[in-house]
Amino acid sequence: MLDIAIHLLVLFIYPPLLLGFIAKTKAAVAGRSGPPVLQPYYDLAKLLRKGAVYSRTTTWLFRAGPIASLAAVISAGLLLPLASSTAPLGFAGDVIAFAYVLAVARFFTMAAALDVGSSFEAMGASREATFGALAEPALFVVLAILAVSARSVGFSDIFGAHQFFSWDATYAVFIVSAIALFAVLLAENSRVPVDDPATHLELTMIHEVMVLDHGGVDLAFILYGAAMKLFLFATLLVRLVFPMGGRGLGESLLILLGGTLTVAIAIGVVESVMARFRLVRVPQFLIGAFVLAAVGLAVLFHRGIP
Amino acid sequence: MMVLADVLLLIVLMLGLAIVGTSRLSAAVRASAIQGVALAILPLLLRDATSPTPVALVIATALGTLAIKAILIPHLLTRAIREANVRLEVEPTVSLHLSLLLAAVLTGVAFWIGSALPLPRPARSNLIVPIAFATFFFGALVLVGRRKAVTQVVGYLLLENGIFVFGQCLAQETPFVVELGILLDLLVGIFVMGIAINHISREFEDIDTEALSSLRDDD
Amino acid sequence: MTAATALTIVLFVLAALVAFGLIALAVARRPGLSRGVGAIGALIACAVGATASVFALIDGGKDARALDGILPIGRIAVGIDPLSAFFLLAVFVVSGLAALYAFGYFAPHRAHTQNTAPTFFFFNLLIASIAGVVIARNGVIFLVLWEIMSIASYFLVVHDHERPEVRRAGFVYLVASHVGVVFLFVLFALLASPTGQFGFEAFHDAATANAGLATGAFVLALLGFGLKAGFWPGHLWLPEAHPAAPSPVSAVLSGVMIKMAFYGLFRIVTFIDKPAPAYGLALLAIGIVTGVMGIVLALGERDLKRILAYSSVENVGVIAIGFGIGLIGKSHGNETVAALGFGGALLHVVGHGLFKSVLFQAVGNLVHASGTRALDAFGGVARRMPTTAALFLVGAAAVSGLPPLAGFVSEWLIYVGALKSTVAGGAAGEPWAIAAVPALALIGGLALAVFARVFGLVFLGEPRRAFDPPLHEASRSMRLAPALAAILCVVIGVAPLAVVPLLSAPTQTLVGTSVDLSAAFGPLPSVMLIVAVLAGIALALALLRRALLRGREVRTAPTWGCAYESPSPRMQYTGTSFSAPLVESMSLFVSPTRTTNGPTGYFPTSATHHESTHDIAAERVVLPGIRAFVAGLSWIRRLQRGRLHLYVVYVFAVLVILLIWQLAALRGAA
Repeated sequence: MLDIAIHLLVLFIYPPLLLGFIAKTKAAVAGRSGPPVLQPYYDLAKLLRKGAVYSRTTTWLFRAGPIASLAAVISAGLLLPLASSTAPLGFAGDVIAFAYVLAVARFFTMAAALDVGSSFEAMGASREATFGALAEPALFVVLAILAVSARSVGFSDIFGAHQFFSWDATYAVFIVSAIALFAVLLAENSRVPVDDPATHLELTMIHEVMVLDHGGVDLAFILYGAAMKLFLFATLLVRLVFPMGGRGLGESLLILLGGTLTVAIAIGVVESVMARFRLVRVPQFLIGAFVLAAVGLAVLFHRGIP
Repeated sequence: MMVLADVLLLIVLMLGLAIVGTSRLSAAVRASAIQGVALAILPLLLRDATSPTPVALVIATALGTLAIKAILIPHLLTRAIREANVRLEVEPTVSLHLSLLLAAVLTGVAFWIGSALPLPRPARSNLIVPIAFATFFFGALVLVGRRKAVTQVVGYLLLENGIFVFGQCLAQETPFVVELGILLDLLVGIFVMGIAINHISREFEDIDTEALSSLRDDD
Repeated sequence: MTAATALTIVLFVLAALVAFGLIALAVARRPGLSRGVGAIGALIACAVGATASVFALIDGGKDARALDGILPIGRIAVGIDPLSAFFLLAVFVVSGLAALYAFGYFAPHRAHTQNTAPTFFFFNLLIASIAGVVIARNGVIFLVLWEIMSIASYFLVVHDHERPEVRRAGFVYLVASHVGVVFLFVLFALLASPTGQFGFEAFHDAATANAGLATGAFVLALLGFGLKAGFWPGHLWLPEAHPAAPSPVSAVLSGVMIKMAFYGLFRIVTFIDKPAPAYGLALLAIGIVTGVMGIVLALGERDLKRILAYSSVENVGVIAIGFGIGLIGKSHGNETVAALGFGGALLHVVGHGLFKSVLFQAVGNLVHASGTRALDAFGGVARRMPTTAALFLVGAAAVSGLPPLAGFVSEWLIYVGALKSTVAGGAAGEPWAIAAVPALALIGGLALAVFARVFGLVFLGEPRRAFDPPLHEASRSMRLAPALAAILCVVIGVAPLAVVPLLSAPTQTLVGTSVDLSAAFGPLPSVMLIVAVLAGIALALALLRRALLRGREVRTAPTWGCAYESPSPRMQYTGTSFSAPLVESMSLFVSPTRTTNGPTGYFPTSATHHESTHDIAAERVVLPGIRAFVAGLSWIRRLQRGRLHLYVVYVFAVLVILLIWQLAALRGAA
């Protein structure tokens, strides 16, 4: 019961903090003081207090899009174990369901973007469809590495068994897949070098341009969902690199929060030192991530499953 | 030690992938330099305590490898890039997407070979043979799929690195002296190529090896 | 109801279907009556047949009977077992819905004036022959019904025969069907060769006794059935025939007829008790290539029905992947994996039949109302045809494999099967099966892109073109049929537990041994839980949004025009621009061509840009192959001189050669 309560608390309250830390890191690297780390919470609170303006072109789908996306991301969050090794909704086979529930969110975001009839939003949706589709194989190979190494298709078995922390070739496979997963994380969450969340030029944006016509409560849902999705990927990354199986709840919680903050800072550093890729380079980045993960999988099979 | 050697072998593989996938010449040269460092350390880690080879010879090979593959050749190539005024992007004839996917397929083949190839005695690590073959294949891929002379040199290096790694599981059969000889050959080969690059760039104002076909007799 | 009773009912249903078809033909002078008898008769017959197959499935038994000496071709053997019952269910449900749809679709309309009585005759004949193929228990009967099925569907494909491209499509389809059937002739001849018997029991004994013969049979089945299913590069007839056929027919072709190829493959597999691991790997590889190529080709396509046809190719690939995983499990003796793979493939057969019906019928409504199939002609249709839009949304989400719909459940089973087949202990693991995971992921991601594109561009945004008469919602039966199919998709996705009783018996038949399926299908109830939670959260968020917006200002305004002076609907993204980045990164597989006439000069008058993708299977594999084949055969033409005495010489020469050959054989024997 306690671990479920903690799961829900962390899942619902913590994610926007990551965005705050990314912004803070970028400001620190650039030598500015930057907005407070709680700024994303203030933004959400402000947006939730606003009214709404809808385009005349839109249908019910535009209003349903943010709701469906956020609901899907929350459901994914209920499938992925956070601090403990079980999730509220976990079952044998949730590894696949996790990725597919996130795809629901993507579908509705794209549909809502296409609903306004503007080419800019359609351009964003087109790029989201492209990079989402190309990121999928890499994500699934990483999930397959987890599933194969634990001989199970359920997150709770995988993370429960995932407690070794020895510097051997199998662990090296996890590091390799973590690199691939970090690339997927950057692409799925629209971060530099795939997308630049800070730019205000519609032609170069992906996620931001898709939500251009959303405002108020809808935009709050979208931003909150994006933060939560980032948190889920960061959690997956942390649990991949830093096994928490067999540890106490308090210790795991510390690892989770500390680890995801480290990921946020890493994202901030990447955004500070790298420029956005040219769009034609992004597919190559994602194929590279896939190949990396696939090589990891080959090594795992070759060494024999532990 | 063996665990470290495994990790080192994986790093060699990743660097090979990086060379196949990168779009920048300097990144490819840098990756091949780091690969040289990794290869220099590898024989030290893989050394069998019962091996008849004197330690001094192993260390000499390591130092030689380090000096030639990690320092001298990358330095030469960097200079060649700078002086021949090459555009900084590799020019693939096989697109980079396809190269990467081919690399993945070749890695799969290499791992299959690694599990099927009979060896005089089991290698110290079962990653040696597959990664040797994978690196060798990547070298061939770069050699065939890139147009610039610099990338061809890098491909040639990768090819040789693959053979070097493979040599590690036959270390007792191949004396290290042979390895040193190969290293020397390599150096001479790359010197010749370096000179050729300079000449090509002087004659044709770029170092695209396909331009060499205009030297053909028939037209 | 036992299997025997069900078989009797099914035989009556087949007779009724043929009878209704004949009556429809007989009363051709009165189109309304003919349409009523053809469509409603088929609907009722299918409903009865579907009910009987459900009972047969729950009963799980089998029955067979034979009639001797009626036809010169041998005994007429028919039978029913869970595998047959499962396919019968799929056939009757999808065809019944198509009949209901056809009732509205073929109602008098300006677009088609020709007599529909023959259409209904062939439609009913097609359903009857498909169902007949499923219950045939003798190779000869199977082939006869298979040919009737091909011919009936050919006449349906060329329904709009006054258009030359339709005649061409029909011809391509006819050729593909007949090339395929040649392999099937050889296949059954091979299976019958040890005993001379064409009964399926004899086939089973022959394939079990001789492993070489079994492998030969499997390869021939892959070729023959593969051409019907649309395995790459034999898929080329699908994007020709499906768009040419009227929409109710496309739904049957894509929903059930191409699945008969899988029924045939499944049936062949039941003949082989010990399949080699290579069978499964071969099918897996075929499935991956077919699936990826199918969906990549759908990406760049701009004709709505061709997109759906390529998506059918993709789904055939997915089914083949599941089938391959099942075979791998079976050959390694891992029953859980076998059950997951076969179960996933079977469920995807039904699921695809349903959601492809929804999609083809929704597109049919569009074509019916507008007269065009061009993706870029539409826009903002959701406001004119809200029901069709909602139905298409369900179909699009289901075909992309999104939860909580049918496509997700079957793909989930296949994924889990692939993962489990690699990790089973000892020799039972098959590392290569893991290739299914990234392949399915890529297929899923691309399918999402394809259907977000179609749904977004057709139903959302602003209308790109005005239609005369304006677009209107389709008639009641044309909304009811896809709605029922969509409801079934949702039921399978939301309550997969309800399907397990129907899925268990045929899966057992394919796995071969009696196996506890709870290890395979056990976690399915948890899928229901996710769906409930997802729906609950969405509802809560909707209520939250409503509560927050209460009392606040909610306005409408134009879409932000990005500072353009006078934006026009024609400036919206088109299908080509939407898929451009993906087509670019997949250019290896679709070889896109572009011709641009950019604006020139200070006062440019016109500019054009044309872009299209190509099916490399046609351009680089099949057409060169056919050309080489024709060139190889052209020397035979030299024999044809048109002189009678030369022909007499040929006949004489052949006779003499035969005589010498036989004499030599006699000598050799002596």
